[in-house]
Amino acid sequence: MTASAISVENLGKRYVIGHQKSKDDGLRHALEQLARAPARWFQRGSVRATRPAKREFWALRDVSFDVKPGEVLGIVGRNGAGKSTLLKLLSRITAPTEGRIQLEGRVASLLEVGTGFHPELTGRENIFLNGAILGMTRVEIKRKFDEIVAFSEVEKFLDTPVKRYSSGMYVRLAFAVAAHLEPEILIVDEVLAVGDAQFQKKCLGKMRDVSARSGRTVLFVSHNMGALANLCDSACWLEKGRVRQVGPTRSIINDYLTQNGPSRDRVLPLASLPRTSGGDGRLKLTGIEWLSDFPLRHGEPMRARIDFETYSAIEDVTIGLGFANIEGTRLLTYDSDFVDGTRPTLRQPGRHSVVVTIDSLPLAPGVFNLDLGGKSSDNHSLDYLPGAAQLEVIPGPSTPGSIVRPDGGVRLSGGWSWDIAEEPAVLPA
Amino acid sequence: MNRLVIEADRTERQYWRDLWRYRELFYFLAWRDLLVRYKQTVIGVAWSVIRPLLTMLVLTIVFGKFGHMPSPGVPYPLLVFCGMLPWQFFSTALSESGNSLVANTNLISKVYFPRLVVPASSIITSFVDFSISAVFLALLMIWYHFTPAATVFLLPFFIALAFALSFGAGLWIASLMVHYRDFRFIVPFIVQFGLYISSVGFQTSSVVPAKYRLLYSINPIVGIIDGFRWCILGASQPLYLPALGLSLAATILLIITGLRFFRGTERTFADII
Repeated sequence: MTASAISVENLGKRYVIGHQKSKDDGLRHALEQLARAPARWFQRGSVRATRPAKREFWALRDVSFDVKPGEVLGIVGRNGAGKSTLLKLLSRITAPTEGRIQLEGRVASLLEVGTGFHPELTGRENIFLNGAILGMTRVEIKRKFDEIVAFSEVEKFLDTPVKRYSSGMYVRLAFAVAAHLEPEILIVDEVLAVGDAQFQKKCLGKMRDVSARSGRTVLFVSHNMGALANLCDSACWLEKGRVRQVGPTRSIINDYLTQNGPSRDRVLPLASLPRTSGGDGRLKLTGIEWLSDFPLRHGEPMRARIDFETYSAIEDVTIGLGFANIEGTRLLTYDSDFVDGTRPTLRQPGRHSVVVTIDSLPLAPGVFNLDLGGKSSDNHSLDYLPGAAQLEVIPGPSTPGSIVRPDGGVRLSGGWSWDIAEEPAVLPA
Repeated sequence: MNRLVIEADRTERQYWRDLWRYRELFYFLAWRDLLVRYKQTVIGVAWSVIRPLLTMLVLTIVFGKFGHMPSPGVPYPLLVFCGMLPWQFFSTALSESGNSLVANTNLISKVYFPRLVVPASSIITSFVDFSISAVFLALLMIWYHFTPAATVFLLPFFIALAFALSFGAGLWIASLMVHYRDFRFIVPFIVQFGLYISSVGFQTSSVVPAKYRLLYSINPIVGIIDGFRWCILGASQPLYLPALGLSLAATILLIITGLRFFRGTERTFADII
């Protein structure tokens, strides 16, 4: 047996930009080319030379690394660094343009929770369907069925169509199926971003078990630095499609966080940030501008204007702002309907903006992730940008009543007063 | 331990082994489609019977009563239904498998499995409809006190042929649909025209002039429809061998080219879809 479970050599993936809209595509063009083929035979060369070159884009280039059996490798990188492309190549969803991958053993990949779940089918039926899609045999699924159900905690709703499930139940069931796969190599994308904290913990524990107990190799992508540090032996930092650094998780995370330091600009454009989840295209957050002191000051008023565009009429809009720590755990959420429940209805498509004011910023000095989002009345996500920017909070002249620390702890205003006995007293036991 | 090597510009050697490993997925995808199909409908599976029944009634009235199409030796509804059976199978299999890749976009872009499973399993789904209709045909024959010919034992051959023809054509449409959604509009046309162009509503030998018969039989489904009638209804529907030969040749051609085209484009499905 060779030393590595996963061995990647000079891997590259090229995409053609604007493929869908390009004039060179589409049926009409294909037919035209076909019709002109006879003419082309006579004037070969000249026609071909005049064809415009398509714009190319390397999502991944010259990527090489090895993963030892039983190792848990974390992959970090900003949005668009090529993490998802790498996982897609490793899980054979798409083929590489150049390079070579060698995998020792059965591979299972989990790029999304509940792939192939059908809303009309019951939980029970979906366990079988999803298991089969992930590569389990019917016998295997039957054998593990009870275990899966127990892990998912949805026993009571097994015969209910999953479209009636809460999103938490849905995710739990989906992860339960995936967690009971028994591959030698497991590839996991940011699937833990969903689900509540307690379940996240359970999943992380399960994944840890997978690698520690049975010597399985795990490849894990996450923006949650806490989870990465917790789970991974080593990490690989991708930047602009290339490997920037491979090494022990702690040092990679440190370097990565230092490099991707806090934003220095008062105006932050949001329109072109990649969207990974949520949003139905009716609303797009386009920018945020800080109107108060910048960098933000601990204990001081904070004011910011959030600009967004709508493309159709939307009822009961809420814009939300949140601060998370570097590990991605949300510390503070402030939605526009929080104080008085105001949710405007935006009848006209166009540019809108909303100004948010916090009288006294409770965040302790440090670096935080800014989360922004918009939703409509039915809690339907219109746009969501977790970690839109990193912001530094610097000390201010005053100390606010309550303080939110980066570890999630809150110092409240108020106090404790003690009443301590001065004389010894004999108490009935 | 099985080793997997992925290299640029090389088709995987593992493919056929993988297809075997994922054989249960054929069953599960077909099972899902069947389970889901009649959810939230009132009469459910009855639709599988009602659809061919209504088409048969319409054809019987239009062709038989108004058009006075001849049907020597057999009740006209039986003639129509024997033609409907393979046609309905072919047309639903073609549209379903043609649409199947695009309909399963979420799977294709998120999980690996041999993509061939998708169009293949949608043909299995259509085959279930076919079986239900076949039972209905049996009832219709009992109603007319019609004893099937001895040749009915050759029917499995023609069923297999219809299966293969739909699969070959379905592979083409499915992979073309990934690139060109135009086929979403083209396929319904093929299906609509095909019903009238093919010999569903009439008997080929008594309607199509002999000198055009060979030309007419280029449509590969004609040979299959005639074959069905010959098997079930017997000697009154003589088998025209050149038509059968053409169907066979077209089927083999479509399967071979379809598989090659599908395998060739398969690697890029996830990028384009």
